[in-house]
Amino acid sequence: MNDKKQIPEQLEKVGVYICHCGSNIAGTIDVEDVAKWAKNNPNVEISRNYEFMCSNTGQELIEKDIKEKGLTRIVVASCSPLMHEKTFREATERGGINPFLFEMANIREHGSWATNDKAAATQKAKALVNGAIERVVHQVPLEKIPVDINPATLIVGGGIAGITAALELAEAGNQVYLVEREGTIGGHMAQIDKTFPTLDCSACILTPKMVDVGQNDNITLLTFSEIEDVEGYIGNFTVKVRKKARCLIEELCTSCGICEEKCPVKVIDEDYGAGLGYRKAIYRAFPQAVPGYPVLDKDNCTYFENGKCRACEKFCPTDAIKFDQEDEILNITVGNIILATGYDLFDARRIPQYGYGRLPNVFSSLEFERMVNASGPTEGHIVLRDGVTEPESVAIVHCVGSRDQNYNEYCSKVCCMYSLKFAHLVHEHIPEAVVYNFYMDMRTPGKGYEEFYHRLLKEGTHFVRGRVAEITDVGRNPAEEGKLIIQSENTLLGKQQRTPIDMVLLSSGMQARHDSEEVSQLFKMGCGFDGFFTERHPKLAPVSTMTDGIFIAGACQGPKDIPETVAQAGAAASQVAKLINQGTVMMEPVRASIREDECSGCRICNNLCPYNAIEFDDEKKVSRIITALCQGCGTCVAACPSSVIDGAHFTNTQVMAELKGLLWDVQPAPQKTPA
Amino acid sequence: MSEQFEPVIVGFLCNWCSYRAADLAGTARIKYAPNLRPIRVMCSGRVDPQFVLQALRSGADGVLIAGCHPGECHYVNGNIKALRRFLLLKKTLSQWGIEDERVQLLWASASEGIVLAERVNKMTEEIRALGPLRWHDKVLGDNGAIPIPVKEI
Repeated sequence: MNDKKQIPEQLEKVGVYICHCGSNIAGTIDVEDVAKWAKNNPNVEISRNYEFMCSNTGQELIEKDIKEKGLTRIVVASCSPLMHEKTFREATERGGINPFLFEMANIREHGSWATNDKAAATQKAKALVNGAIERVVHQVPLEKIPVDINPATLIVGGGIAGITAALELAEAGNQVYLVEREGTIGGHMAQIDKTFPTLDCSACILTPKMVDVGQNDNITLLTFSEIEDVEGYIGNFTVKVRKKARCLIEELCTSCGICEEKCPVKVIDEDYGAGLGYRKAIYRAFPQAVPGYPVLDKDNCTYFENGKCRACEKFCPTDAIKFDQEDEILNITVGNIILATGYDLFDARRIPQYGYGRLPNVFSSLEFERMVNASGPTEGHIVLRDGVTEPESVAIVHCVGSRDQNYNEYCSKVCCMYSLKFAHLVHEHIPEAVVYNFYMDMRTPGKGYEEFYHRLLKEGTHFVRGRVAEITDVGRNPAEEGKLIIQSENTLLGKQQRTPIDMVLLSSGMQARHDSEEVSQLFKMGCGFDGFFTERHPKLAPVSTMTDGIFIAGACQGPKDIPETVAQAGAAASQVAKLINQGTVMMEPVRASIREDECSGCRICNNLCPYNAIEFDDEKKVSRIITALCQGCGTCVAACPSSVIDGAHFTNTQVMAELKGLLWDVQPAPQKTPA
Repeated sequence: MSEQFEPVIVGFLCNWCSYRAADLAGTARIKYAPNLRPIRVMCSGRVDPQFVLQALRSGADGVLIAGCHPGECHYVNGNIKALRRFLLLKKTLSQWGIEDERVQLLWASASEGIVLAERVNKMTEEIRALGPLRWHDKVLGDNGAIPIPVKEI
């Protein structure tokens, strides 16, 4: 077949080291046999087995052998390369040879831990070791690629996660761009009335931070703006931001609020007001908005409808209104990106039997947050949809859309606690009201959370354990007439029950933003099936993503409450600060390159690259790889019909050699009649 | 080893999801068929169909290509390219009479050690039932037919 390739012209001196890993490997695999057997390979100069290769003495063994025996290649058979590849590469380098002349065989995770069959495990270990030996012979010295880190950071999303991360970085002296889709920062936390379990006023703890963001010279605040495009890689991202027209010259606006006062158009406030209150066509979401200048809502403005009105323009004392303002496109360059895009609340309309949107006195949790807020549409009075009647009984339904195979399977984590908070707020505002909590399981892990639950038990809230089947306004007896009736199970009593109620609050769960998938593709990082962004490691790298230089914080990663969000935002900021401090990062030299003199210019590879790293030279009629953009996936290498693209460290020759080594014991008998 | 036929399956596992899934299977001490011999590639999109052919030609009884779930590829959509190549390759293989079960594609995320382990078990059983591949008899034929040109790379 390809005999001449089986033995390179000059034999390499490979050092093979089989690790016992205590009994982790040696308990299942006959390491001595494997080490002895490995010597049969003509390229192997020395083959040893040792108890712990990752220990200092194990590493020194490699260094010493390289120096004394003149080894040219190293193979260590131990754990996963994701665990100790770096360790052994460094040992190889200290020994005096290029670290990329080292190869690892994973005989622990893929070998001894995966089977109890000793003979089979030993056979598999031999195959893996042989694959590594055959491969390492074809490996070539490579140098890591240094990349400078641009010290500026982009933070996407101006909720409490984005605000925290921005302040952490900016206060440490770093340039930050904070991009927010809405007209003001604040996010969901600005809509919330009180925070559990301490019952702090949400706005009172949030707005000072918002002001800090607005006043920090290191933070460039881009509100009413969206990210259109992201290019580049860690250290060097170029981001295209569309700054949507507010129809207002920001430099002239004094945030006096006269335009808002004079605007004759009243619109239902779907965003900040959760659909409960009204706003004007030119508006600030709430008085403490940062930045303080308003946004003109073109869809509802009379001027944009029929060219008349212009009241805001007439009354503006500084002539700041500019109807014909156009969107602005900004190109910003940053070194790292933190995504803090938050969550959407589960839309309770999706569960028709709960009647939200059909039965007037069924409220969503955000509606209730706005209602109970002193600056909200009802000035803090808990009233039915008619705006005046106080409810005598209130039911809070847990797990709306969560822990439900039909909607979201996961537990949304925060709903039990905010439902308890709702119960407390109802008790506080209407002491004589009867309050029910319909729950499946009470989940209150967190500092002071369980204590809050106990407090509510003492406050007299009725807890009914069971999922609510239906909320209806069709009464069966006079007591139910004119009420909402909650049909539910009571699993503690083991029976069905109907509870007549005046007002129902649906505790909807958090879910991923409706556009999280597009966002994850825009930033080239992953999101799971539920739409939440995927962290690099669920335990040990919870704010990093699979893409270097892109971090995640807050509810975009999964449901979480404010303290967790703030902690994660701080962690993401410190990850970024670490990279900024380092100044440069060393990137794996796994990159593709095209042998231009052999390229036929077919351009098959051109459109395959997800990073647009392949350009076509129109003069020479050949394709060329822009090394700085290449991420080393190798898709183009696999596609090249002339095999003239080399994927460094994963070349065709190296993979084929590994394959050959791996199949040492099953090589087919020579052909009968080769043509 | 026992008398039973033990198929050899070469696995091309992507660095970011499936190789980690195999690591996780090991770390979680999930026991599965030792018949898989994994090769790490950066992305399932790196798997040149020639790798698969070469594996089968060199004595493997089956090949498993495993990558990240669609939409979760570390390199945006390399796995989709792997899928396209896989489907084309399967057509060719079936024309050579190579059974469907011998070359399989799997999406296994880094947290799906169990998914990978179960597939390896299933695939091992399926190929064991089929018996050895016998590439030279099957593809090249008994009558000394012209070997399929596999490009030397």
